[in-house]
Amino acid sequence: MMEQTAKNILDSKQNDVIVEISHLKKTFGSNEVLKDINIKINKGENLVVLGKSGSGKSVLIKCLVGLINPDEGKMIALEKNISELKIDELNSIRKKIGFLFQSGALYDSMTVRENLLFPLRDLKEISKEEKIKLVEEALKNVGLEDTIDKMPSELSGGMRKRLGLARTLILKPEIMLYDEPTTGLDPITSKEISELILEVQKKYNTSSIIITHDMACAKITANRMIVLKEGVIDAEGTFDELEKSEDKWIRSFFE
Amino acid sequence: MNSTVTQLSAKINKAKDALGKLPSKMENQYNVFQIFFVNVANFSIFTGRFFKEMIKPPYEFNELMKQSYLIGYKSLSLVGITGFIMGLVLTIQSRPTLAEFGAESWLPAMISVSIVREIGPVITALICAGKVGSGIGAELASMKVTEQIDAMEVSGTNPFKYVIVTRVLSTTLMLPVLTVFNDVISMFGSFAGVNIKGDVSFHLYFAQAFAQLSFTDVIPSIIKTIFFGLAIGLIACYKGYNSNKGTEGVGEAANSSVVLASLMVFIVDIVAVQITSLFIN
Repeated sequence: MMEQTAKNILDSKQNDVIVEISHLKKTFGSNEVLKDINIKINKGENLVVLGKSGSGKSVLIKCLVGLINPDEGKMIALEKNISELKIDELNSIRKKIGFLFQSGALYDSMTVRENLLFPLRDLKEISKEEKIKLVEEALKNVGLEDTIDKMPSELSGGMRKRLGLARTLILKPEIMLYDEPTTGLDPITSKEISELILEVQKKYNTSSIIITHDMACAKITANRMIVLKEGVIDAEGTFDELEKSEDKWIRSFFE
Repeated sequence: MNSTVTQLSAKINKAKDALGKLPSKMENQYNVFQIFFVNVANFSIFTGRFFKEMIKPPYEFNELMKQSYLIGYKSLSLVGITGFIMGLVLTIQSRPTLAEFGAESWLPAMISVSIVREIGPVITALICAGKVGSGIGAELASMKVTEQIDAMEVSGTNPFKYVIVTRVLSTTLMLPVLTVFNDVISMFGSFAGVNIKGDVSFHLYFAQAFAQLSFTDVIPSIIKTIFFGLAIGLIACYKGYNSNKGTEGVGEAANSSVVLASLMVFIVDIVAVQITSLFIN
């Protein structure tokens, strides 16, 4: 039986551009983090972004959800120019873009159930019973049904990441942004999270940007990869192409 | 001769050093002023945004109720114990002085006026600045560090409305309630203090205490606690929400929330007393 990979999943999808970033620039003080970034992501595609710490990978995805305002450039997601949206329009687009934070970013003062109910609180068209059903389903998808009444502090690192993913997926987003999803996890849990990302791509047909340093995660999840260096895209290709790159610096990520 | 030249050159070098340090000292002072004014401007913008978001629907009633419970109900025991001890101590300390003038019978009236007009509101506000202010400052700074505020924002929720508006409104609404509670408990403390060295009936004590109290004592003191609560909530939320130094920033936000909120309580108090005296005296 053929092993499931991101490439196999993508082969069956159409090639509609769902995210288009052009000439993106961002400077913090005198530090020019992003100089001229141009990226296109097709529907159902997983794009892995590699780069040294501080190379602006997280800034890139934070710009895409409007957490950071870029200095210049255009970011089109789901046919809307993100930087030109008013806050109400931006909020409705944000509901279609899932963001998994490095730490999981679970609300400490809420139980697992309340954490998952939080993104649904504004949806008046869904009844309370339906919301609870959605919560149970989301927990089942990540294998955490037994934790529903626990507090986030009672969960392990891997469980917090999976719960963060469940909270993000509860709104069934069309685009997923993962900020170092496997950082700080053991190899087994990292593989579980990577496979979950792949499962999400398959089940919900999401397009994703995955920021990672974990090459095992990149190998499982990437359809395409880009490498950021000094604020620009230094290289682009599939996992295999970049692994065999003639550039020693790029190859050093794979060693 | 040589030693004189050496002394002179040493003096010249010292003067040169002092001159060299002068611009950097001035620069530091300039930076301190600049930081101060930038903070004042940012705080004003923050306050303006609070009022704007407070008026604009949707309203977060459930979170407001939760925060009011946490800020108000959870502070009752601390405010109550402090109030009782305050009334008791104030009575014990004042009694000998009044006794010297043969004015012991004025004790309930004097204590009730001082508690209701000044000590009750200020002590309650200081307790809240310490307990609630540090709690809010640390909680928000920690939410910022762990990206919980960002997570709210990307899920399409307005974190300012959900986190800031509800907390500031809760402190504003709960402080008057806590002050009234503190005043009542303080009176009981004072009643206990009076009865340590005497035998005054409950009815007589409270009749005398309330005889000297009028609405012009009670209403302005309650109104000023609304501003105390607003100041505590705004400062604590501002410090927590704008914390950006990682885990170090959490402690700093909690600490500066308490210090600034306590200071602001006294500033608001002096302004309130001046305004009250304009209309009442």
